[in-house]
Amino acid sequence: MEIGAYSFGDTPLNPDGSPRSTAEGIRNLFDAIVAADRAGLDYFGVGEHHTVSMPASSPGALIAAAAAATDRIILGSAASIISTDDPVRVFQQLATADAISGGGRVEITAGRGSSVETFPLFGYDLRDYDTLYAEKLELLMRINGSPTAEVTWSGSVRPAIDNLAVVPRPVNGRLPIWLATGGNAASSARAGRLGLPVSYGIIGGEPHRFAPLAELYRRSAAQAGHTGENIKVSVATLGLVAPTKKEALERFHPGWHNLNVEMGRLRGWPAPDRRQFEAQAQAPGAYYVGDPDDVAERIAHLHGHLGHMRHFLQSDVGGLPHEHLLESIELLATEVKPRVARLLAAK
Amino acid sequence: MVSTIGILGAGRVGSAIARTALTAGYTVHIAGSGPAADIQLIVDIVTPGAVAMTAADAVATADLVILAVPLHKYRSVDPATLAGKIVIDTMNYWQPIDGDLHEFTGDARSSSEVVGDYFPGARLVKTLNHIGYHDLEADARPAGDPERHGLALAGDPETAAVVAEVINRFGFDPVYAGSLAAGAAFEPGSPIFGGRHTARELLIELGPAVAEAA
Ligand SMILES: NC(=O)c1ccc[n+]([C@@H]2O[C@H](COP(=O)([O-])OP(=O)(O)OC[C@H]3O[C@@H](n4cnc5c(N)ncnc54)[C@H](OP(=O)(O)O)[C@@H]3O)[C@@H](O)[C@H]2O)c1
Repeated sequence: MEIGAYSFGDTPLNPDGSPRSTAEGIRNLFDAIVAADRAGLDYFGVGEHHTVSMPASSPGALIAAAAAATDRIILGSAASIISTDDPVRVFQQLATADAISGGGRVEITAGRGSSVETFPLFGYDLRDYDTLYAEKLELLMRINGSPTAEVTWSGSVRPAIDNLAVVPRPVNGRLPIWLATGGNAASSARAGRLGLPVSYGIIGGEPHRFAPLAELYRRSAAQAGHTGENIKVSVATLGLVAPTKKEALERFHPGWHNLNVEMGRLRGWPAPDRRQFEAQAQAPGAYYVGDPDDVAERIAHLHGHLGHMRHFLQSDVGGLPHEHLLESIELLATEVKPRVARLLAAK
Repeated sequence: MVSTIGILGAGRVGSAIARTALTAGYTVHIAGSGPAADIQLIVDIVTPGAVAMTAADAVATADLVILAVPLHKYRSVDPATLAGKIVIDTMNYWQPIDGDLHEFTGDARSSSEVVGDYFPGARLVKTLNHIGYHDLEADARPAGDPERHGLALAGDPETAAVVAEVINRFGFDPVYAGSLAAGAAFEPGSPIFGGRHTARELLIELGPAVAEAA
């Protein structure tokens, strides 16, 4: 099982709670990716998010920088909001990063974002939400699957492309393209139909309840004739690892609280409730916050339900102190990963 | 008596409600925006036991209809089919998902009243909107369980009483809040929305008028 991390960027906070600079958030994220590579983490996913608290708006740029500064780690967008971006540019940016990485370490995860902040930012109409996503995903796959540099495509959401070169080409011919979803069944079916690997973002509830969706995904893939190693599942959840469970809870809670206050303002949620936090941080809850044993056991347990091949955690939310992120990454790579491997081998 | 529930929307909320209704012993007919075949595999695996149909068929065959489509798409539901039906409105106006909809931002009434204008003749009850879809199954408890949560309902009293029994069988204590207008008390931004409350706590949040009537 691959173990990883992902981040939307986390603008640090001053002691009085006011935000420091978004640039510092980006710099911290870059440093965390480099540290993750040194520690031996398998995967790091970046953005896309467009808020002052979560400023990782440009995964392509960050991943290109990280590709130059790392040796082994797999880097991916998590996710690229493909509906409101130009798939040609998304592909070109990540293919450029792929070239810099030496090849084979860069992935694209395509999603549509759980909120719609990119629609006004880039001048799209929310009424086109479904068409934008469907057509742009198709274009991205067309570009990636093209046997030559030249691509031909036409649709309704962007000017047609008539036999034009889209370069650079990925070192290994193609980039892995994943489809990200938060649990809408139709998206799982779509990923299967298209033969794309699927990445579940599970931000609440009980993750093992995604099992029917993973089955739907695999059955849809089989029905469409897609088999082989591209049919696979990854899981993204919130989580933080610390030497003890108590420390992990204490470290993660303030940022979680800040995040939920901000989300609550937007979505009309009540003030975050500490009891709910504690409950979600225990099995079978969705927050993988704990010591290495606890987190490893819960990842291995979820594997029994979903059969996923990669589990990656978002830790830096709401102003998590940078050193806590770095320690979590270190523990994920050196303590959680081997435990998960042992637990799965023993099954 | 309700025995067949028709659900419009096979998304997160529609699927969770479908499983909850099946567990409670109801016959469940479910529809997405297209033909039944489009959601057949989804229904087979995600809500086994439910029957995939077109929206028109799911409504026509149901004793009670549940609207679980994104609010910004509510006008894609044919109002003629809902006339005379008991209908649960689970929909919320969520700017981050629905975008800016002046129809709702510019109207102080509960979103269900706005929706109700589009469905003349439908017997609309607002409920199931203030619980997260993944909590619906996890939090269901038998009647009398001290941890059982409450769900608020708003609509005309007679129809709400029919819906209340369904909510009860789903595993929650129904708490009647008043006419459709009272539904504003458990919309996004209210203390009830997204929280977890027992029936008693809900009554306190809903205020003295409701508590006295109950
Ligand atoms: N998220 C929550 O926890 C929560 C809680 C309570 C209430 N709600 C409310 O529940 C509603 C649904 O949310 P969701 O998260 O389940 O959305 P979702 O996952 O996007 O699913 C929406 C479903 O509605 C279907 N649909 C669209 N137009 C339709 C039509 N005219 N007839 C029949 N089906 C139609 C869609 O089918 P196609 O794919 O074919 O378009 C899709 O299956 C929203 O109004 C939301 O405010 C959400």
